[in-house]
Amino acid sequence: MDDVIQLKTPLTVADVDALRAGDRVAISGHVYTARDAAHRRLIELIEAGKKLPIPLEGQVIYYVGPSPAPPGKVIGAAGPTTSYRMDPYTPTLLRLGLKAMIGKGKRNEEVRQAMITYKAVYLAAIGGAGALMARAVKEARVVAYEDLGPEAIRELRVEALPVIVVNDTLGNDLYQEGQKKYAIT
Amino acid sequence: MRQVSSQTIAEAVKAAAIKANYELGQDVIQALEEGLKTEESPVGRDILTRLIENARIAREERIPICQDTGVAVIFAEVGQEVSITGGDFRTALEEGVRQGYQEGYLRKSVCHPFTRKNTGDNTPIIVHLDLVPGETLKIWVVPKGGGSENMSRLFMLPPSAGWSGVKERVVETVAEAGPNPCPPTIVGVGIGGNFEQSAIMAKKSLLRPLGTANPDPELMDMETELYDAIQKTGVGPQGLGGRVTSLAVHILMMPCHIASLPLAVNIQCHASRHEEILL
Repeated sequence: MDDVIQLKTPLTVADVDALRAGDRVAISGHVYTARDAAHRRLIELIEAGKKLPIPLEGQVIYYVGPSPAPPGKVIGAAGPTTSYRMDPYTPTLLRLGLKAMIGKGKRNEEVRQAMITYKAVYLAAIGGAGALMARAVKEARVVAYEDLGPEAIRELRVEALPVIVVNDTLGNDLYQEGQKKYAIT
Repeated sequence: MRQVSSQTIAEAVKAAAIKANYELGQDVIQALEEGLKTEESPVGRDILTRLIENARIAREERIPICQDTGVAVIFAEVGQEVSITGGDFRTALEEGVRQGYQEGYLRKSVCHPFTRKNTGDNTPIIVHLDLVPGETLKIWVVPKGGGSENMSRLFMLPPSAGWSGVKERVVETVAEAGPNPCPPTIVGVGIGGNFEQSAIMAKKSLLRPLGTANPDPELMDMETELYDAIQKTGVGPQGLGGRVTSLAVHILMMPCHIASLPLAVNIQCHASRHEEILL
């Protein structure tokens, strides 16, 4: 397998433009967690023209609802949740400068198009490897929507969070290509 | 009548909920290791290796295998010679789940369907109860994640669809789910019964340990045929392409109405968690 590409957040257009579906990437720096309910609230704020609790320009959103941190740990298990549920909200966030999303599972056509238009990538983390992923998280703090519990927005400081590029800025899709390569018809 | 206290039940359920979420069963680990031998995709092999590593970290560090510690599904076989003392059975089960999810730092993942407000303690639970002969109490605690549950399907097929129709729908369900339910999956299939019974059978089939044969030779052959067809989809580990799309297919079947051919497909992610309690 190819070498792992090291990336530091926030990301630039050049950073994401250089990535190709299938590349293995290690992300370091700050990423924001958000899943279903947090996305709904972010979009409501955007539609009302109000200020968001997190920056979007150049940022990375990780679709995760971690389990509670046991004593002595910064976070519990922290693997990705299925991404398609965030599809209805995603093009708006990409338009506002979001550069990468980390999750698992397929994105819809609209999101894939928006990634080409606004220059952004979709990265897959290993679903169900929550204990392993937690090791990359060095700090975690709730920055918005504490009432949502596991769905609150957290700022995570990560070191070498392991992901793989599924959708790049050219419209390639690793899920489609990978499955095609191994299908027996 | 043999007496079992509700407190004993609650404590056993609490321990089982925690253990199920921290310790991936040896049967699943073994199936992942088997998968590693047949997987041809380098990315797929890397993923399987990391899943085995993940299970080791969770067990050693006492944290959940997956952050989605699920809705607590409970299957119980209550011997009719058992009398439960000091409170009712459902409350005892629910109390065990409540305590287990709190004290085990497990995620509470149950909310109102529309407001999405979290109930805060992972209740209510889902209980499937059977009254059986004897004086023992058998309880399975089965935390079920949302990602794989969302990719499950139920079909009310016409009888003319037959086995080929069933096979087509099962394979199509797995192929369309692709990466979403965290493959390699375990595919639970319920055939016959009626609308709700097919779904319960599909879920119950997942309780059988991986690597054990279906006791019914007819179903065993059907499982093999479905398993082979599923692996040909090329979905692979995490849907990134490969040979190992599912670790196993399990089937339960029973007779159904002359007008019907109910089929339920319950997809289980590789974090297949179930703990058995015998009281």
